[in-house]
Amino acid sequence: MLLHQWFERHARQTPDKVALICEESVYTYGELDRQATRLAAALQAHSIERGDRVAIFLENCVEAVVGVFAALKAGAVFMPINAQTKADKLTYLLNDSGARALLSHSTFTETLEKAVARSADIAVLIIVDPKDTAPIAGKTPVPFSAALESTAELQTPPTIDQDLASIIYTSGSTGEPKGVMVTHLNMVSAARSISTYLGLRHDDIILNVLPIAFDYGLYQVLMSSRVGATLVLQRSLAFPVKVLETMVRRNVTVLPGVPTVFSMLLNLSSLGSYDLRHLRMVTNTAAALSEAQINAIRAAFPQATLFSMYGLTECKRVSYLPPDQLDVRPMSVGRGMPNEEVFLVDENGARLPNGSVGELVVRGSNVMRGYWRKPEQTAERLKPGALPGEMYLHTGDIFRTDAEGYLYFVGRRDDIIKSRGEKVSPREVENVLHGIEGVLEAAVIGVPDLVLGQAVKAWLVLKSGYSYSERDIIRHCLAHLESFMAPKYVAFTDALPRTDTGKISKRGLT
Amino acid sequence: MQDVKKTVRQYIADNFLMGESGAAFGDEQSFLDHHIIDSTGFIELVTFLESHYGIQIKDEEMIPENLDSLANIDRFIAAKQAK
Repeated sequence: MLLHQWFERHARQTPDKVALICEESVYTYGELDRQATRLAAALQAHSIERGDRVAIFLENCVEAVVGVFAALKAGAVFMPINAQTKADKLTYLLNDSGARALLSHSTFTETLEKAVARSADIAVLIIVDPKDTAPIAGKTPVPFSAALESTAELQTPPTIDQDLASIIYTSGSTGEPKGVMVTHLNMVSAARSISTYLGLRHDDIILNVLPIAFDYGLYQVLMSSRVGATLVLQRSLAFPVKVLETMVRRNVTVLPGVPTVFSMLLNLSSLGSYDLRHLRMVTNTAAALSEAQINAIRAAFPQATLFSMYGLTECKRVSYLPPDQLDVRPMSVGRGMPNEEVFLVDENGARLPNGSVGELVVRGSNVMRGYWRKPEQTAERLKPGALPGEMYLHTGDIFRTDAEGYLYFVGRRDDIIKSRGEKVSPREVENVLHGIEGVLEAAVIGVPDLVLGQAVKAWLVLKSGYSYSERDIIRHCLAHLESFMAPKYVAFTDALPRTDTGKISKRGLT
Repeated sequence: MQDVKKTVRQYIADNFLMGESGAAFGDEQSFLDHHIIDSTGFIELVTFLESHYGIQIKDEEMIPENLDSLANIDRFIAAKQAK
């Protein structure tokens, strides 16, 4: 079973079923499949081969979805990149992955110029809605519309489910994003497991407000394609009222969100005036909901079932709380999911009984193959299991279990911050801060925030003679980092607290 | 109301550098389409407009037609202040 075969089957069996709605545009399974096949043929005509990485640097739009399925049909590995990514990081991602194709939009031209100029492996640039024919970093871009007119015949490659389907980059403590390698089997297994426990159906209408570059958003596309549902793609959360209007207009039945999304919607005084009778399911992951938030969501959407879940990119999803447990143990994220085993281990890796605190370990077909070309970091997370050849994922998250084995999140082993449900690597932010002239030392921490979960705070020591406003610092960060990584708060100090060995101690910072 | 566009353009230049081209965007250009402000940025922009112009912006008024370009903001503020 390959990841794109569900999609292809629905295109054959129910070609007129609506697959995707983006603003006013409606696309059937048949039409999307046709576009994906044309784009796949175009990629091959431009020398993209089996196993090549195809980077997709787009906001949520039909072209991003077409790009995903096109790459898979061509036997390539799709790499979704957050649309907020700035030039330096894009350069890093393209070089680290050795991507040979890049699908993007003309509004990103400035960023593309800088990144593609420094990415020697890029062989083809496919641009949506180009304004002119000007080359980008010396390369002649292929208009997306022209690619769809490709008359080349698609050569279906001999892909098997052991082959990589995607590389999804995730931030880490070292400051260098790591490419999570997932095979067709990994993704099919995860999508099957999740859509099963959620009970997704072909008559569901799923609203996706989450970026496709985020596995949570990506899987709305994949799971929708599995069950033959309709996906409504939302490009931005900037206007919550528009999100609600879309939910009403399109009779949305499923709303996947992160706590920040729910805060935004629940803060609207006019929420009660929207007729959301079709909404039957609400899901949350990426960051934990407080008990108050859970109660507020259930009160605001009484007709919908809430699924509180937990996962990490390295295995897509780990666990969900069966809704009938919300009244019993609302703070738990469950005991795993279908076709997966989870347990806690102590510092020595020994398995712990229920009622313990330890690191969560996951085994299952959804566990990644490793980090792309990062064997050392892979070895820190994937460790041999009981059966030869099987690797278990050590999540780096600390959980406790109750007497019945239900999981409760305790904390992370590393210092990753979760803001707006997105991972923020303090090191990545500190690296950018050190790029500011006059910054002597920088320490980035997470501080509690009602709406964001955690807010990013930067503590800076400046060299003498230098002075900056908070805003100066934040603006610099926005130019180099995704917006959710830029500090919300900046504080200046003469000296940072240190450990005995002279390293900066973040323990003393608030 | 030229000063609304000028004021907001300056506010955006001072507080966001989402579009790496800095403040080089047209009055009619969508902030969203041109990656100038993101969703959190719009919340900050609304707070700024409310405090700077002494107005209250309702939930239903937080829509692209009112906020997603300098020209739109200009028209929106003029209408609010005319009340």
